[in-house]
Amino acid sequence: MTAQPTAEPAIHVQGLEKSYKELHVLRGVDFDVAPSSIFALLGSNGAGKTTVVNILSTLLKADAGTAIVDGFDVATRATDVRESISLTGQFAAVDEILSGRENLVLIARLRHLDDPGTIADDLLARFSLTDAAARKVSTYSGGMRRRLDIAMSLIGNPPVIFLDEPTTGLDPQARVEVWQTVKQLAEQGTTVLLTTQDLDEAERLAERIAILHEGRIIVNGTLAELKRLLPPAKIEYVEKQPTLEDVFLAIVADGGKNGDADNDRGVGTDE
Amino acid sequence: MPTHFFGDTAVLTGRSLRHITRSLDTIITTTIMPIAFMLLFVFVFGGAINSGSDSYVNYLLPGILLITVASGVSYTAFRLFEDMKSGIFERFHSMPIARSSVLWAHVLSSLVAILMSLVVVVLVALVMGFRSGAGVVAWLAVAGILILFTLALTWLAVIPGLSAKTADGAVVFSYPLVFLPFISSAFVPTSTMPGPVRVFAEYQPVTSIVNAIRDLLTQQPVGTDIWIALAWCVGILIVAYIVAMVIYRRRIS
Repeated sequence: MTAQPTAEPAIHVQGLEKSYKELHVLRGVDFDVAPSSIFALLGSNGAGKTTVVNILSTLLKADAGTAIVDGFDVATRATDVRESISLTGQFAAVDEILSGRENLVLIARLRHLDDPGTIADDLLARFSLTDAAARKVSTYSGGMRRRLDIAMSLIGNPPVIFLDEPTTGLDPQARVEVWQTVKQLAEQGTTVLLTTQDLDEAERLAERIAILHEGRIIVNGTLAELKRLLPPAKIEYVEKQPTLEDVFLAIVADGGKNGDADNDRGVGTDE
Repeated sequence: MPTHFFGDTAVLTGRSLRHITRSLDTIITTTIMPIAFMLLFVFVFGGAINSGSDSYVNYLLPGILLITVASGVSYTAFRLFEDMKSGIFERFHSMPIARSSVLWAHVLSSLVAILMSLVVVVLVALVMGFRSGAGVVAWLAVAGILILFTLALTWLAVIPGLSAKTADGAVVFSYPLVFLPFISSAFVPTSTMPGPVRVFAEYQPVTSIVNAIRDLLTQQPVGTDIWIALAWCVGILIVAYIVAMVIYRRRIS
């Protein structure tokens, strides 16, 4: 590996291929992610987004191609890659039987950090979970679980974070909270690779968006560049109606006290 | 890479043990079935069974202990399956930890949970009149055989825990293990069984293990049974460990 500390992308993927038996999920995926940016990998269900994330986080081996994360090849330097990343999978991977605080302490210990208790308390405060810290996670709402999940990913300040469909199954309020967190992360210098099937989410968060379709990246660019791919905009006059999401958020806006109110995690997703 | 193996295993074992202590119902469930069998056989069938022993509780306790282990490992498979399904395994595997400690933590907490169940069953047996004049060395030998048997069945339980598609599938494998002591010397002497059944009973692992434990507890010379018993336990342990590790490697790569 040649040292190119400044120009090097945080994530470099080239010619990535992966098949499950007869099914060619990835047929040569290429993209780069610049450091401290948010990159959205967009695609429909089964497009292979999770497969890409699993290869980048060393959970799966690619059949062909290279993937370099934070300067380390995932195939040959898996241990170094694991030091550099955190994965927040599609389903909130939190321990239901432990309390929120115990979950955070567990991860801090596994990352071999000093003073796991303080790390846990800081994150609980940052994610408005202090009041629920001692409760079993099985009593948390979907939004709280997801906040805890992301908080667990931040332990040890890994430079690269993978968020695999971070807002799937969340209600609109919880979704907005997650978006704010992700934006803050990138502002603080973390590189975020986000997968989503929610176009709105990609539009709001990502500096660059790539669309994964039938195993390849078919477009990759900023939102403005993507919009230029379409014919120039026509002017139409349309009455601006509030969306149901606007209505929902306006009615339930209660100062967002701790998110405890949103018990139902199945409500209002746009799948 | 194994630099953190012991530390990581300790942290993860602590986690699994918390799961066990917070769901005491699982320990109670795994303990109730063997205790129910013990009550049934001692107080209902026992009067009609001629075991050639003065006390039927003394006669059947070794078999009951093996049933306790077999019903305990079904929860080992269940806990492992839950971890695989919930995505927390993926989280652990994407972290800079010694990967094999994730499995070892489950194995060690299984051992602790089952030893706790075994103690409960022995206490109940004492209340029901079980007595043994065995010395410390004999008890240690019994404990050693039971630990080895538990480790062997635990690694066996890792296989369905890793590969099952449903929670039921993960648990179901233990049913034949629970049933095996019935076709052995655990409840009745094998000499009363008809030809083919008797042959199966005498050559399956449970009989030699039961005989070895029974001889140790009743201060009889143990003979060759203890070596056959140890060979079975070590053999199952090694084969189950190898198969489990092959499946594990396949699952995480």
